[in-house]
Amino acid sequence: MNNEYMPFVSEILDVKKHTDIEYTFRMSYTNETEVKPGQFFEVSIPKYGEAPISVSGIGKGYVELTIRRVGKVTNEIFEHYVGDKLFLRGPYGNGFDVNLYKDKEVVIIAGGTGVSPVRGVIEYFSNHREEIKNLTLIAGFKSPQHILFAEDFKKWEQNMDVIMTLDTNEGDSSYREGLVTNYIKDVTITDYSNVAAIVVGPPVMMRFSVSGLLNEGLKEEDIWISHERKMCCGIGKCGHCKIDDTYVCLDGPVFNYTKGSQLLD
Amino acid sequence: MGYILNQDRMQVILNELQKDYIIYAPQNKVGEGMYSDTDVVRYERIQQIMDVEFHKKSNYSFKEVLLPISQTLFYYTENEVKEAEVERKKGAIIFLRSCDLHAVKRLDEMYLKNGFEDYYYKRLRDNVKFVVMGCENSFENCFCVSMGSNIPENYDIAIEERDGLYYVDCKDDEINALFEMSDEQKEAVTIHFVQTNDITVSIPENLSIDVIKSKMWDEYSSRCINCGRCNFVCPTCTCFTMQDVFYTDNGKVGERRRVHASCMVDGYTEVAGGGSYRKTNGERMRFKVLHKVYDYKKRNGYHMCVGCGRCDDVCPEYISFSNCVNKLEGAMEEITNHE
Repeated sequence: MNNEYMPFVSEILDVKKHTDIEYTFRMSYTNETEVKPGQFFEVSIPKYGEAPISVSGIGKGYVELTIRRVGKVTNEIFEHYVGDKLFLRGPYGNGFDVNLYKDKEVVIIAGGTGVSPVRGVIEYFSNHREEIKNLTLIAGFKSPQHILFAEDFKKWEQNMDVIMTLDTNEGDSSYREGLVTNYIKDVTITDYSNVAAIVVGPPVMMRFSVSGLLNEGLKEEDIWISHERKMCCGIGKCGHCKIDDTYVCLDGPVFNYTKGSQLLD
Repeated sequence: MGYILNQDRMQVILNELQKDYIIYAPQNKVGEGMYSDTDVVRYERIQQIMDVEFHKKSNYSFKEVLLPISQTLFYYTENEVKEAEVERKKGAIIFLRSCDLHAVKRLDEMYLKNGFEDYYYKRLRDNVKFVVMGCENSFENCFCVSMGSNIPENYDIAIEERDGLYYVDCKDDEINALFEMSDEQKEAVTIHFVQTNDITVSIPENLSIDVIKSKMWDEYSSRCINCGRCNFVCPTCTCFTMQDVFYTDNGKVGERRRVHASCMVDGYTEVAGGGSYRKTNGERMRFKVLHKVYDYKKRNGYHMCVGCGRCDDVCPEYISFSNCVNKLEGAMEEITNHE
């Protein structure tokens, strides 16, 4: 029988620094074809503990994990460099199924580190642009110093509508200012019967973005969200991520809004 | 097969069993209770049948045998991890009540199903036999009849002790052979199980998640001190938290453990960056109560709570779970009338 709790060793292949507290770690991983964007790994360092981190990128021989330095485990991860090793378990969770969005007009709204779980979806459609009708990405960050994946955004602007907005542009008028919700009305949708939207970010941002989309005429069943909860095991045992009868680690973290909206802590 | 044995003859059987099994049973621990001059009944490895407490409800449940309070998962040194060895090499025989045998089904549901099969639970769960102790009368706070757990299903042995005699009903062939080997007479034996409790609960048919909105939970915000004892004594609570420890004389060597966790205690929902859900004790009480009598059933088809009442026995604030369940009907009316 498989012991899911035993982690395996993974080497840090590359570290990309986005902000002072947000880095993307490229980790060696050989079964990358079985990983979906939006899934997560339990990343651990002995004696500091484990933390669930969502997959922000998938490539040959690696997965990327975008990590924010906010706790005991992540603080210690930031003391590790290229060539060092971390322990991983996973991938866990359902992740995003890109097939659900094919041939549709797709809207993705992401806030802060919420870009990380959808980055794989954006990348996929950026590389397979012909598989969807059109793609609009609205991304929000706090300030110019808080922008994640800046290089990716430059690339994505080439083949999709990208609206990046900052809470404050600190006087640099080359950036838009305002909440992501201000820009939902600017999204052009030609056929409301053939739309899919993905919303990922802090709980308040998700709530208002979804209500903005619903006001624009989208249907609840065409919206997907991703939840973040404490998870000690990732495999439906430890109980911390349970909401009502749902285990976020098993049944999510990606939910259709018809289900996700019913999950009340 | 039924048998009636005195203590010496029962001990002979127990000695035989101990060749292949470790016996776990509730034991009365004099003077070790929560308050001064009180006893506590807890699970221990026992060797003598006289050490088994037949006449009191155990304050803590059998679950600690299958889900140790603290369980080492693996040891680590630098970049290597080594799986912890199994805690016991022999099989186990667990003495428990009917409600607790029903709780085993809940533990199995969580640890053998619900997604992945749990490696550490499975290896302690394999090769276990259950000895159900009869309940002539209901104990204080029990409501097993309401939860349908008063009659045991699929036990290996049922046993009762009355006036120094042990009444045994054995359904296990391997153990029946032991009784036959020591020439025990077959007798007609009836093991008693309660048919009524002083406390009954009724879970409203129309119970829905809307009950979150009721004012009934506010009371618990002021009364509950979120100590989590209700979770730790519950035979169906299964949550744990990971914990890494390292050895003080070599900080690079240590172990990862899982320890029992409580949804009532601070930190249970805390995510990186300090965010948390369910901040008030009333919300936590609601989360726990609905898991036991609402959402677990939605997922698995039957209620989680087995009505042992240990949560009521242990609560230092005298909060009653069964009372809370009985308030749900009024709470649903309150919600419906408001809308």
